[in-house]
Amino acid sequence: MFAVVSADALRIRLQHDVLKSQPPRPQRLPMSWTWFHRLASPPTFFGLAQRLAPWCAGFGGALLLLAWFGGLVLAPADYQQKDAFRIIYVHVPAAALSLSLYMAMAVCGVVALIWRMKLAECVLVAIAPVGASFTALALVTGMLWGKPMWGAYWVWDARLTSELVLLFLYLGVIGLNSAFEDPRTAARACALLAIVGFVNVPIVHYSVVWWNSLHQGSTILKLGKPNISADMAWPLYAGLLGSYLWSAHAVLRRTQNELLLRERNTRWVREIAAATEPGA
Amino acid sequence: MSADFWNMSGYAVYVWGSFAAGLAVYLWNLIAPRLRRRATLEAIAEAQGDE
Repeated sequence: MFAVVSADALRIRLQHDVLKSQPPRPQRLPMSWTWFHRLASPPTFFGLAQRLAPWCAGFGGALLLLAWFGGLVLAPADYQQKDAFRIIYVHVPAAALSLSLYMAMAVCGVVALIWRMKLAECVLVAIAPVGASFTALALVTGMLWGKPMWGAYWVWDARLTSELVLLFLYLGVIGLNSAFEDPRTAARACALLAIVGFVNVPIVHYSVVWWNSLHQGSTILKLGKPNISADMAWPLYAGLLGSYLWSAHAVLRRTQNELLLRERNTRWVREIAAATEPGA
Repeated sequence: MSADFWNMSGYAVYVWGSFAAGLAVYLWNLIAPRLRRRATLEAIAEAQGDE
């Protein structure tokens, strides 16, 4: 027996079969992320860092020289603290960096844990020693400022204590990283510590507001009306920008080192190593 | 430079001490990664030579 199929039904059937046999049309994403993945590839990032790092060091160094000259020579002495206030030009950029670098480290920790991105692990490990050095500098210069102003190098006050905890967190990340043989396991442990330790960052920042502290309140991070005159302020802003660039240079270089170590068996690293003259 | 400048209104030890500590940290951040890179690349080149 033959089934009677109308011409219209057959056409519909054929169209249906043709549509089914076609591969699904690719969905257009609202934004292309290919640049991000390309950037995260070790050789691409290494090349980018190679180009960026000298600019960071050059501009950062120039700004720092200008800032220190302005801070030591051009800025007038404070009416209360006299010339001791000039410690601000070393202390404040170091303290600002200690918090900013920790925030960057915690963000890298989140990326490293969720997306298992190798580059984020390398940046995290690279930030720790730079952050530790600036935290130590903030503490030392704070002590040198505290002695003539408060009469003591150290007091167990909320700001000083939380900044000391920040130093221990950085040292913890450095220690954890060297405690594991496998760099990926080490980076995961470091990421966890960096994320858990992030709770300390707002404590450091708001400690002078939340608790009765010997430490003075914020000088420049006040929208609208900074507590400092313009001829004292500009070297501080130049010093802040210069210090951020200087530390960016250090983080880029340290990330490059980490990438070289981890990718030492790849062709691109072998080529770089072969091109390096011994003792150069 | 005048003696007043170096004296820093009596706070010379604290002011110059802070700037010296700062200089040390900034220089360390420039030099330490450089030395590490050299050592890493030399170790990799050496390992390549052994193969």
